[in-house]
Amino acid sequence: MADASAARPRVGLLATCLMNVFRPNIGFSAAELLERAGCRVEVPSEQTCCGQPAYSAGDDDTARAMAKQVITQFDEYDYLVSPSGSCVGTIRKYPQLLADDPHWSGRAQALADKAFELLSFLVDVRKVEIDARYAGKATYHDSCSGLRQLGVKRQPRELLSRVEGLELAEMDDAEVCCGFGGSFCVKYPQISEKMVDDKLRSIADSGADTLLGGDLGCLMNMAGRLRRTGSKVRVWHTAEVLAGRTDGPAIGEEESR
Amino acid sequence: MKALPGTFDSRAAVALADPSLQKALKNFKPLFVAKRASAVAELEGFEQLRETAAAIKDAVLSELDTWLERYAAKVESLGGHVHFASDAAEAREIIREICRKANAKTICKGKSMVSEEIGLNEVLEDDGYKVVETDLGEYIIQLAKEPPSHIIAPAIHKTREQVADLFEQNHPGRPREETVAGLVNEARHALRERFFQSDVGITGGNFLIAETGTSVIVTNEGNGDLTQTLSRVHVVTSGIERVIPTLDDLSVFLRLLARSATGQDTECYTTLSSGPKRPGDPDGPEEYHVVLVDNGRSKMLAGRFSQMLRCIRCGACMNHCPVYGAVGGHAYGWVYPGPMGSILTPLFNGLAENYDLPNACTLNGRCQSVCPVKIPLTDLIRTMRNEQVKAGLMPASQRRMMSAWGWVARQPGLYRAFEKLGSKMLRLRAGRSGSIASLPGAGAWTRVRDLPAPSGPTFIDQWKSRGGQS
Repeated sequence: MADASAARPRVGLLATCLMNVFRPNIGFSAAELLERAGCRVEVPSEQTCCGQPAYSAGDDDTARAMAKQVITQFDEYDYLVSPSGSCVGTIRKYPQLLADDPHWSGRAQALADKAFELLSFLVDVRKVEIDARYAGKATYHDSCSGLRQLGVKRQPRELLSRVEGLELAEMDDAEVCCGFGGSFCVKYPQISEKMVDDKLRSIADSGADTLLGGDLGCLMNMAGRLRRTGSKVRVWHTAEVLAGRTDGPAIGEEESR
Repeated sequence: MKALPGTFDSRAAVALADPSLQKALKNFKPLFVAKRASAVAELEGFEQLRETAAAIKDAVLSELDTWLERYAAKVESLGGHVHFASDAAEAREIIREICRKANAKTICKGKSMVSEEIGLNEVLEDDGYKVVETDLGEYIIQLAKEPPSHIIAPAIHKTREQVADLFEQNHPGRPREETVAGLVNEARHALRERFFQSDVGITGGNFLIAETGTSVIVTNEGNGDLTQTLSRVHVVTSGIERVIPTLDDLSVFLRLLARSATGQDTECYTTLSSGPKRPGDPDGPEEYHVVLVDNGRSKMLAGRFSQMLRCIRCGACMNHCPVYGAVGGHAYGWVYPGPMGSILTPLFNGLAENYDLPNACTLNGRCQSVCPVKIPLTDLIRTMRNEQVKAGLMPASQRRMMSAWGWVARQPGLYRAFEKLGSKMLRLRAGRSGSIASLPGAGAWTRVRDLPAPSGPTFIDQWKSRGGQS
């Protein structure tokens, strides 16, 4: 990898499947933040998926095929950055997945070493100026993959503390899974419902009017359940708030609010 | 123990609809988690201890046969007997034979997960012995004729009221007790007599120490001590993986075990037994037996799940598992619930029969983060899914979907087209409402929650049309 810290590093933005379809605003927010942090952002247009669904399901053959595709598309960049702890967590598993393949194991390791989750990248690797306002009391859900695979915990809080007007109210059990778990939430909907309801109770008890997080899957699960139960809590990906892109509807919210 | 009837799904549904169980789970969950966290925070170097413990276990497991031989030789030199059982049936036969030879009538038991694993109580009761579980939790579920739902708190699923009901039915002539202290006292009174009658005392073995030939049990009630010192014959049942080299090693594990299990600095009783009563000893058993159970463990050692043999059965993984916290232990269907059970049960009882266990997990990693011996539980659960896939066990519909998706995801143009189409359809369905309350084909999602709708054309399309500008 080139000495990327000094110059303007080239960042390949991994547009996660969910973000790409459901919440483009997160992608634009991520790109804006990265540019503000002095990076040149590119979005490889041939990219599809990091392979997480296959990897999590134990379908290693499919996951390996996806991994090779991502490696090929991204290894020219100084960094791969994505606004999702679980997708980056999957990429960090590539070396293990391809360990027995001498043609790929080195490239897998090289990509894993330069793959970062957005919020931690903006604190640990590149410094970013935050120039955003958000009027509200927010609580932060630590998505499991980001938290435990990548150690994303203090970085989003540090960044959010610089958002004008935003008050952070920690909830109890912020580190407990929301019940999403990829296909878990549709394979075991009843258990998932119990888990997300526990999470909703923690959110309500925090007194926050806003829920933030770093992984869209979890946010869609919680936002969907909040909507279903009639809650008015607004849900955003942290990048949207940090980039000041909160004029439109929040996740799952009706238009022209 | 036989597997519980029903499927994981059906048992989980029953659990979710059981208000007493939900009340019990709600009470226990924060207790164990918070107590562990504060006990761990107070001990400097806890992380280093975890590393050390994992390394000790791995070193022993890499030469397990040697350590077992050393341990067995030491036990024999102290006048004890070591029996190797290759499977559950052999272990049961060995113990039945010991009881027969001892001419036993009453058998007291300290807590032993291995005895649950090999289904010991049923055969001993069929043989006509009076078998008494003496751990309070085990005693409660024995009266209730239920299997344990947690490896260190077997009756965690019972509320105080339910225990009061059970005791009232089973202890005739005593007034109903309502308080915890009163109930504990009542059990203690009932059990005390049994200890004095006990011919054979069966305990587990938390650790087996090779250098001294010692078995170690760790309890909070002292019932294990009474079981093994008052009985004429003491039988230790243990998995072959429980051997550790030295007393120094034991101190590492003792510092981890109680803190991880219950958040105590140490349990109330840590009892070391080396052989039978010696001439001049005031008490102790006349005979001392150790039954070392393999039951699939040596096979485990050779495969992808060998790290599972580090397990010291503390229960921290289930205490921190949100799925366990939602459905309790019985949903898992056998002796070992929660994350560790989701790996062990398929290994012991079959990947197909226990298909759901590793799948009913969000891979959130909390179990792995608290495991005192650093078993990569989440990774192993995923590996178990891989084993299931390799064995052709993934349901056909899911397999077809996965391979179709995998193929499309390698055709970027086609993938893009599907994303575009999906985005458009979902936006049409949602209108201006921002989310979708019901969607054909996505019932499992929308049954529980709305589906937030796409807020516009796909990111990649918009990015291109803006010429790559944020």
